[in-house]
Amino acid sequence: MNTSIIAAGKDLQWKDSLTTESSLVRRLLIAAAFLYLTLFLFVPLVAIFSEALKHGLSGYIESFFNEDALAAIRLTLLVAAVAVPLNAVFGVAAAWAIAKFEFVGKQALITLIDMPLAVSPVIAGLIYVLLFGAQGWLGTWLAEHDIKIIFALPGIVLATIFVTVPFVARELIPLMQSQGREEEEAAITLGASGWQMFRRVTLPNIKWSLLYGVILCNARAMGEFGAVSVVSGHIRGLTNTMPLHVEILYNEYNAVSAFAVASLLTLLAIVTLSAKVLIERKTASPDRLKSRR
Amino acid sequence: MKIKQLASIAVFLTGFFLGVSSIQAAEPVVILNVSYDPTRELYQEFNAAFAKHWLAKTGQKVTIKQSHGGSSKQARAVIDGLEADVVTLALAYDVDAISEKAALIPSNWQTRFPQNSAPYTSTIAFLVRKGNPKGIKDWDDLVKPGVSVITPNPKTSGVARWNYLAAWGYALRQSGHDEAKAKEFIAQLFKNVPVLDSGARGATTTFVEHGIGDVLINWENEILLGGEGLGKDKFDVVVPPTSILAEPTVSLVDKIVDKRGTRTVAQAYLEYLYSEEGQEISAKHYYRPRLPSVAAKYTKFPKLELFTLQEFFGDWQKANKTHFADGGTFDQVYLQLSKERR
Amino acid sequence: MRFVLKQPSVLPGFGLTLGCALFYFSLIVLIPLSGLFMKTSTLSWEQFWDIVVNPRAIASYQLTFGASLVGALINGIFGAVIAWVLVRYRFPGRSLVDALVDLPFALPTAVAGITLTAIYASNGWIGRYLEPLGIKVAFTPLGVLVALTFIGLPFVVRTVQPVLQDLDQEVEEAATTLGANRWQTFRTVIVPELWPALLTGMAMAFARAVGEYGSVIFIAGNMPLKSEITPLLIMTKLEQYDYSGATALGIVMLVASFVLALAINLLQWWSSARHMHQ
Repeated sequence: MNTSIIAAGKDLQWKDSLTTESSLVRRLLIAAAFLYLTLFLFVPLVAIFSEALKHGLSGYIESFFNEDALAAIRLTLLVAAVAVPLNAVFGVAAAWAIAKFEFVGKQALITLIDMPLAVSPVIAGLIYVLLFGAQGWLGTWLAEHDIKIIFALPGIVLATIFVTVPFVARELIPLMQSQGREEEEAAITLGASGWQMFRRVTLPNIKWSLLYGVILCNARAMGEFGAVSVVSGHIRGLTNTMPLHVEILYNEYNAVSAFAVASLLTLLAIVTLSAKVLIERKTASPDRLKSRR
Repeated sequence: MKIKQLASIAVFLTGFFLGVSSIQAAEPVVILNVSYDPTRELYQEFNAAFAKHWLAKTGQKVTIKQSHGGSSKQARAVIDGLEADVVTLALAYDVDAISEKAALIPSNWQTRFPQNSAPYTSTIAFLVRKGNPKGIKDWDDLVKPGVSVITPNPKTSGVARWNYLAAWGYALRQSGHDEAKAKEFIAQLFKNVPVLDSGARGATTTFVEHGIGDVLINWENEILLGGEGLGKDKFDVVVPPTSILAEPTVSLVDKIVDKRGTRTVAQAYLEYLYSEEGQEISAKHYYRPRLPSVAAKYTKFPKLELFTLQEFFGDWQKANKTHFADGGTFDQVYLQLSKERR
Repeated sequence: MRFVLKQPSVLPGFGLTLGCALFYFSLIVLIPLSGLFMKTSTLSWEQFWDIVVNPRAIASYQLTFGASLVGALINGIFGAVIAWVLVRYRFPGRSLVDALVDLPFALPTAVAGITLTAIYASNGWIGRYLEPLGIKVAFTPLGVLVALTFIGLPFVVRTVQPVLQDLDQEVEEAATTLGANRWQTFRTVIVPELWPALLTGMAMAFARAVGEYGSVIFIAGNMPLKSEITPLLIMTKLEQYDYSGATALGIVMLVASFVLALAINLLQWWSSARHMHQ
């Protein structure tokens, strides 16, 4: 491994002896990183799949082909399909206003957007119960009009939106700020309409960051547990998302199926994260060229 | 000929309309049963049995949706608007809460079905490691030093409250109703508890899967299931000579069944729990049946002396206030234990 | 001087986008959160105070904030090492590691909790080797720390990584040419550059850890006054139908979150201001 490190390092300019460490330090650092990642990342990851495959591949596949599991998978995808686009559209709107204009209360708006990152998922679920629950402020009105929010799809979607709302805006704001206003101002001065400017200038500039934000948002939306657990009602085949289904299976002493569904969620996460790495390569290369120049 | 034709048309039409009307009456119906954790397997089987029975009796197709979780958590969901047609919870206190906080159920609910609205009963028993290495036979073995006891958190789990009250009741009987001695007993007991899971199922998993503890206190049905289903060669069931009579209760949720027009089927659903078949299914899933004819058939339930909640604690409202509310005996015990640790 | 609400600009869409953003974020975040305050206002000040300074609550703050802080520090150190290794060195499996670092972020917290408990329990893959050493992880406060460290892992790596990538090698070269050894260069040239990003990452890991619920309850043991986190205490109050008690504790956490969100923003502003300066 050591030779390959050095061999691979040859083409890199910072392997210049002036700006690198002795190979001992390098190896120690890599070893430290790997030890840490092994304890906290690789072992858990391997554990999920090994527990899931305990009863062989057929047992693994069986875990998905029952009504409850399929319903949970459908619901999770549906929730993500509603929550992610909404967060993307409003994230772009918020980023545009914040990055391209100076106005009073901007910091407050940014903090508001960031809040859900720091709020406990338990509280995220609780606030919707306080608002829309039968004993909540809108409870009576909702009951009179027979609108169901809590313990139904809308409540699950709302809780998911809350938890994932910051990601798109957070990705876009620093990028759009650093890109400045000149390109868009030029487009407007040349007579482009607002929509044309957005489509031809802004969107191409932000598309990779936007996609990156959407991917993070999606990863989190499919995996949310705490907040959704409070508003779901846990009705089998109806309001159980995949993470909740994992918990249910686990509580039924069906650890193999629980880990099987968990491994599916893990696979979804890995696919999503790999897509993210590809995007990073795409975005990083022109940037790096720029900074090297 | 003509008359014959007319008659046959008439017969056909009547038949057709009758058919239509019977189809209308038999419009499929969905009801939701909100229950607590350990009843999953019980209701899975019972729901299928009831659906079959109901279809044969009325021609109506009924689907029963299930929701399981900690008993209080489930009651809270119903209070907050989860539209349950029936609730089948771990303790009367949780149904009382629905009645009290959301007025979905009349306060006399417990008189509407036979036997305190509890179609099956259970008690609190122990599960120990194979061969019972710590020699646990009765409640006072749990407070011995070096015995590690697994029980869930009484603040969040229904069964944990039964466990707590069973131990307290045992101590009261031993000491001749000395409340201070009972509290000391509980403190000794909880000194031996290394993990407080939030629910009955979590506690079983801790004991069975993670190998923590010498003894698990839990529902008798969970213990028997654990002793037979999960690992006959790994665990032994210990039933103490005395324990508490635990009555998991059921109720219609009146406001919801009236709104959804499901009262008849929901009522029949709960009544069917008391039927021969319902009792058989309960017994099969280790719940003690009420029906003497069924009870006689199942000898797997060990005989023991059962005391009731009413005997020592009055009712659930009182028991909850004294023991589990903030500042109750459970909190006091933990404050005392943490002071001792320091 | 005239007070201006908005600097003039030729760019369109300010009203529309700000309107949309305000509407959406008020609806999703602000109104629900203010509901929490309204519910708490049904308590008197004394009642509120009694709940938030109750010994169990205090013990839970100590554990929640303490374990989150230690977890953030551990992640600060190892996150920086991982970021450094990922950016500066080439080794087999590098891009795989790069992709997997985000896993704790995307993995459902319940799955994380179940898995970590299975591994760190005394009969688990890692726990069985720690047990003979007298180290118990699962069902102790140490388990809380493990879970909170796990979920905070990506934050430091992901904030430090881009800064390291952008770091100008020439400054390091200059330092070395001027006679600084590697350690001196690291301390005086690299660390000051990384510092704001590192702090931001740690603050984010801390913030995420403070609110974490799903993964902790499985591994914590949940003993009152010992291994009980504040979000669990909130859940406990809810299960006892004590909504105002739950919201009172919720407020304490919310205020802490708000302060944290504000601190993260200030740190990021500081970090980008330094960056601009260069």
